[in-house]
Amino acid sequence: MIELSAKQLADAIARGDVSAAEAFETYRARAAADELNAYTWVAPEGTTAAPMSADAPLRGVPLGVKDLFCTEGVPSQAGSRILEGYLPPYTASVVQRLAEAGAPLLAKTNQDEFAMGSSNENSAYGPTRNPWDRERIPGGSSGGSAAAVAAGSAPWALGTDTGGSIRQPAAMCGIVGLKPTYGSVSRYGMIAFASSLDQGGPLTRDVTDAALLYGQMIGQDPCDSTSLAHPETIALPTAERLDGIRIGVPRADLAADGIEPGVIAAFDATLQRAQELGAELVDIELPHAEHALAAYYVIAPAEASSNLSRFDGVRYGLRHGGDEGLMAMYTHTRHDGFGDEVKRRILIGTYALSSGYYDAYYGRAQQVRTKIADDFRAAFGRVDLIATPTAPTTAFKLGEKTADPLSMYLGDLFTIPYSLAGLPAISIPCGLSDGLPVGFQLGGPAFSENRILDAAHALEQAIGFEPLEIS
Amino acid sequence: MSADVEYEPVIGLEIHVQLKTRTKMFCGCELSFGDPPNIHVCPVCLGLPGSLPVVNARAIHLGLMIGMAVGSELAPRSIFHRKNYFYPDLPKGYQISQFDLPLCLGGKLGDVRIHRVHLEEDAAKLTHVGESGRIHGSDSSIVDYNRGGTPLAEIVTEPDVRSAEQAREWLNMLRVTLRQLGVSDVNMEEGSLRCDANISIRPVGDTELHTKTELKNMNSFRYIERGIHAEVARQIEIVRSGGKVQGETLHFDPRTERITSLRSKEEAHDYRYFPEPDLVPITISAEMLDAARAEVPELPTARAERYASTLGLSDDAAKLLADRAELAAYFESVLEVDSVEPVAAANWVTELAARLDEGDPAGSKVEPRALASLIGLLSSKAINVGAARQVLDRLVAEGGDPLAIVEAEGLGAIGGGDELADAVAAAIAANPDVAEKIRDGNMKAIGPIIGHVMKATKGRADGGEVTRLVRQQLGL
Ligand SMILES: [Zn+2]
Repeated sequence: MIELSAKQLADAIARGDVSAAEAFETYRARAAADELNAYTWVAPEGTTAAPMSADAPLRGVPLGVKDLFCTEGVPSQAGSRILEGYLPPYTASVVQRLAEAGAPLLAKTNQDEFAMGSSNENSAYGPTRNPWDRERIPGGSSGGSAAAVAAGSAPWALGTDTGGSIRQPAAMCGIVGLKPTYGSVSRYGMIAFASSLDQGGPLTRDVTDAALLYGQMIGQDPCDSTSLAHPETIALPTAERLDGIRIGVPRADLAADGIEPGVIAAFDATLQRAQELGAELVDIELPHAEHALAAYYVIAPAEASSNLSRFDGVRYGLRHGGDEGLMAMYTHTRHDGFGDEVKRRILIGTYALSSGYYDAYYGRAQQVRTKIADDFRAAFGRVDLIATPTAPTTAFKLGEKTADPLSMYLGDLFTIPYSLAGLPAISIPCGLSDGLPVGFQLGGPAFSENRILDAAHALEQAIGFEPLEIS
Repeated sequence: MSADVEYEPVIGLEIHVQLKTRTKMFCGCELSFGDPPNIHVCPVCLGLPGSLPVVNARAIHLGLMIGMAVGSELAPRSIFHRKNYFYPDLPKGYQISQFDLPLCLGGKLGDVRIHRVHLEEDAAKLTHVGESGRIHGSDSSIVDYNRGGTPLAEIVTEPDVRSAEQAREWLNMLRVTLRQLGVSDVNMEEGSLRCDANISIRPVGDTELHTKTELKNMNSFRYIERGIHAEVARQIEIVRSGGKVQGETLHFDPRTERITSLRSKEEAHDYRYFPEPDLVPITISAEMLDAARAEVPELPTARAERYASTLGLSDDAAKLLADRAELAAYFESVLEVDSVEPVAAANWVTELAARLDEGDPAGSKVEPRALASLIGLLSSKAINVGAARQVLDRLVAEGGDPLAIVEAEGLGAIGGGDELADAVAAAIAANPDVAEKIRDGNMKAIGPIIGHVMKATKGRADGGEVTRLVRQQLGL
């Protein structure tokens, strides 16, 4: 059963080859036995999934859910000490929606604290390890979800992507990760990092699974004013060819420092295959992309500094210094509850929003954001999709970059522009470099998920990437 | 500066009114007052992780009505901002408010210009346990989130107010206007109306604005008046003794009349305003404007002016009726009965209102038709004023038809017939000394004779008619 993709498992359940209860227990036991620290909570033995209708499209294929999503009565700690043991009184809209569609909650997956990080080393519950090499990081911040799916302890999982947090761990774990169009998936119940960038999405073994899961995630939510109805239903991809598809390649961005030769090699080989499948490659420019990282590291911390203000020890979560007066309670709770990276970003964000600095930082960053969106609009006038590597490197060693946050931030080089512009992008595995998976990122205009999934499917078939052997 | 320079206060007001919606500003919890604590709460108004706000359309509607009532420019597009600060009554660590793109800009009410009207959410209610009554020095503090997230409209005036009395009078006008708009209960005791004042002084004739202080959260119009008085006096004292007013936030204690500093300008919060990313901009459609306009009634100032200019009421009488929507409505329904003279109708509605305390005359036993008929009896001299008051007392107590009451009680006026002439003759005969004084030209002495006639006629005689008969019978 565990070799089956989520779609194949759903079909097997539909045929009656295997029961939903059997599938749930098999994966539950695997998740409980996980050695990668991919999970922060696993459904206890004897858990039975809530009853679903007989025609529920996902058939009972269980789901790993990033800890950032609130799940009623189940610990939802967002990788943070400050929410240790926190049991929300409600469930995130998208988790609820998927449960009703037949994907019951299997486990909560480990993550960087409040999704701030690219390695899962910022989790208060210990780092998750990469199943390809346990001395290495699985990427982040949805590293638990990526490791779980790659190791086959979950058939599929939910992640969230603010600057690359689905795509980058998917790349580093050799699986598929889709960052959808901003607004297409409800954020209600997703513990906020940076509200204008956060977006939930699927991490799956293949492109078909991503389409199947994403298709059940979309839809306008009355509880999320920024959510939008997707103009299309999401079809399972069938394309085998790329005839007539114009793929833009921002050559200048690929010449940046710090991109590993092995990554470039796998990327170029994939472009070659795209051409063989009939795609036309077009050189494009995204003139403002070089400022994306700087803009992102102003906007995201600014919003985060405000979003994380609610963790004050008053109503829920950690409370330290409660007997020593209000100011002592605030400072002790937040000092003890937040990790270093979170504190760093709160400080940056608070500074960027301060009176006298707002225009120079936040205001300026928003202008860059508009320019980047304009760049993409112009580019998508000429091409259908844009291709880059997902990340400049493969999975690095635990502890390798923890002392140098800037080099960690540079890992988001290719993913952040889409986040700032609110556009969809997928990462699919395109080969290995020194035995470690390399991700290939394909992005498109808003709501072009069907186009992206189709092209990714055609490439996936041609690449024939060998996933990690599941044991 | 020398002591003989005269100073004038320059005052701007910031008023917070809780809007009378069914549910809170950004969630579906019902508004309440006086319920057990923390029962009208949900993930959104508790600021639980992952929750998101959704704008209450009715609050926008009421905000537009306020803007229309004060003649604001209504923004076709406005946005919410986050105002960031830490306090236990603020569950998210920020208040969702409006900053540089408020719902309504400009306007005027009476002689005070409006700077802006914007929407925001109220904080929760804090109770500090212990002697100080403030958070510092309290043993503990408890939070009731029932109030948290209540929709507020903040109305900010230009610094056009020049005295404490004017502030009180203008606030009263605002309160009456908002009550008649139906957008708020405007009850200061329950906190649905709250007011801060920005106060500075300047030499009379100066046009510049000087350093201002902010007097916070005064909870009655009387305290506002007294607080402004005290603060203006304090500032004049500082300047006269050669000092400078410091920009700070102040608290007025009505028990001691003392003003204390809450925080200095250096300690002022940096609210780090930025656009609320969880909400989309509010765009005001023609339909929304039409719907708001349709719900704006004729407002007190316009109504008072109409009563004075087209109905001939005195300014005072016009304002008295117009300021209470229920009196104005009753007044107009009395006028709708045929041929009632407006000034008389205004007088008698006022008479009726005085007998009903704060009650709505429409809910009394006095039908508008009955009051109109009473006024008719009086103006045709079928009864006199004293009798009319007696009839009104009966109407208030029991209702009924004035004519029937007059007949049953024998309250009809005695006209110019023999009965009255005889009564006057008898009164003159009984008061020869008074008659003498009148003959000598002292008409003011007539009182005892009229009193005699009234007693004899049980008050039914018309005073003017009695005077005429006295002069006639004395050959004057
Ligand atoms: Zn609520």
